[in-house]
Amino acid sequence: MKNYSVFDILGPVMIGPSSSHTAGAARIGKIARELADDSFHKVTFYLHGSFAKTYKGHGTDKALVAGVLGMDPSDERIKDSIEIAKKNNIHIEFVEEDLGYVHPNTVKILFHYKNRENYYVIGSSIGGGNVVITNINGNEVNFTGDYPTILAKYKDRKGVISEISTILSNNNMNIATMNVTRENNIATMVTELDSPIDERIIEEISAIKEIIYLTAINPIKR
Amino acid sequence: MFNKACELVKLCTDNNKKIYEIVIEKELQESNISYDQLMDRMKSILDTMKNSASSALDKSVMSVSKLTGGNAKKMQDYTNKGKTVCGEIINSAMAMALSTSEVNASMGRIVAAPTAGASGIIPAAMLTIKERFDLSDEDLIKGLFTASGIGQIIAKNATISGAEGGCQAECGAASAMAAAAIVELAGGDINQSLHAASFALINIMGLVCDPVAGLVEFPCALRNASGVANALLSADLALAGIESLIPFDEVVEAMYKVGKALPESLRETALGGVADTLTGKEVKKRFL
Repeated sequence: MKNYSVFDILGPVMIGPSSSHTAGAARIGKIARELADDSFHKVTFYLHGSFAKTYKGHGTDKALVAGVLGMDPSDERIKDSIEIAKKNNIHIEFVEEDLGYVHPNTVKILFHYKNRENYYVIGSSIGGGNVVITNINGNEVNFTGDYPTILAKYKDRKGVISEISTILSNNNMNIATMNVTRENNIATMVTELDSPIDERIIEEISAIKEIIYLTAINPIKR
Repeated sequence: MFNKACELVKLCTDNNKKIYEIVIEKELQESNISYDQLMDRMKSILDTMKNSASSALDKSVMSVSKLTGGNAKKMQDYTNKGKTVCGEIINSAMAMALSTSEVNASMGRIVAAPTAGASGIIPAAMLTIKERFDLSDEDLIKGLFTASGIGQIIAKNATISGAEGGCQAECGAASAMAAAAIVELAGGDINQSLHAASFALINIMGLVCDPVAGLVEFPCALRNASGVANALLSADLALAGIESLIPFDEVVEAMYKVGKALPESLRETALGGVADTLTGKEVKKRFL
């Protein structure tokens, strides 16, 4: 039996109307923003399943936009997020699309840039404000944004995992989960940690010469 | 420390303590926050509740979908005129419950209590009892811990999710939590609190979750209004000395079994109940 804190019962403090269609959507948006470079000028949201069918009534559209603008799920500006995006010259587009065999509350968020390649994140809102990020730019991943998370892509070589874990351990960071997949000699690593990540650790890991891409996010509030 | 109500009763009786005291002790034991942090956090929960329960009373608040809204203000205006059937306490409690539900549907800030759909009941109950017995915020914070303890028992032994157990699991749980807290704040003992919580669950056992067009609006807001009335009535029944023949733990188990027996169409899918009426389906078409 799960143990419930008093704040699991009275909480979260959130913007309505629905923890999965609003609070969860805002969290996916914010995680995507943390992962992406923030110089985007346009964002396209591909909405799947229940998200596609009910996004207007539940305000899922506003919550997603609020998230990519960096707002938390309890931010009262969520309802004005689309106007705020307009004021900041960020073009917003919604497309209803079948994303395949995914959770009914799934969205693909595509960031458009003028001077760099477009970037996308796919995530699902699985209930109670909980979310799962499942794909980043075609790389299959699986993490929740509840923990400090490091994402790395590198040319596979024996010892890279151990070098990364040594850096973490030297910085007194405990690994909660680590997941590595590989395709054509390129490895994708998702590491969830128990304590917050700072710039210095990212710099240290970036110095490993096989690293192609590295990003990190700290937990996204509920 | 406790999973079931019978264990909570024993802890309260053996140590001569109130429900909220045991709930606070449990939280401090199981989490790593300090007593002051715990109180501050519950204070901020209460503040959010106060705002949501009052902000749709003097101005009409419409839902994001534009389907519903403005009823909290109607209810408050009607109450202010003074010529109501049920009297000021029940009517003003219903107005406050509608207010939080409308704030929720308008993308305002609320506390899920225990869910967003049932978020109107506990704030309205707490503010009603504050007025009635001239209580302080500190008292209400104690009441919120008591309510939360009852919610923990329901979540652990049954469910507080409409998709799993129907509306009885969401609004029923909120009413039971509120009823127990009201009794304790009104000076009742632990057994009376649990009788009140039992009454609240029994009164709406079997209530289905059938949101029109899948939106958390109709009939959700109405059930928050009747839910706070249910909590207040259940508290009075228990404070009058009436006892539930069936103990709270067994009522919770019964509620869970009833929820499991409900077909999926009556558990938040918007495929049954008032959502599946001629008008309900027409409204749904507008949003799909």
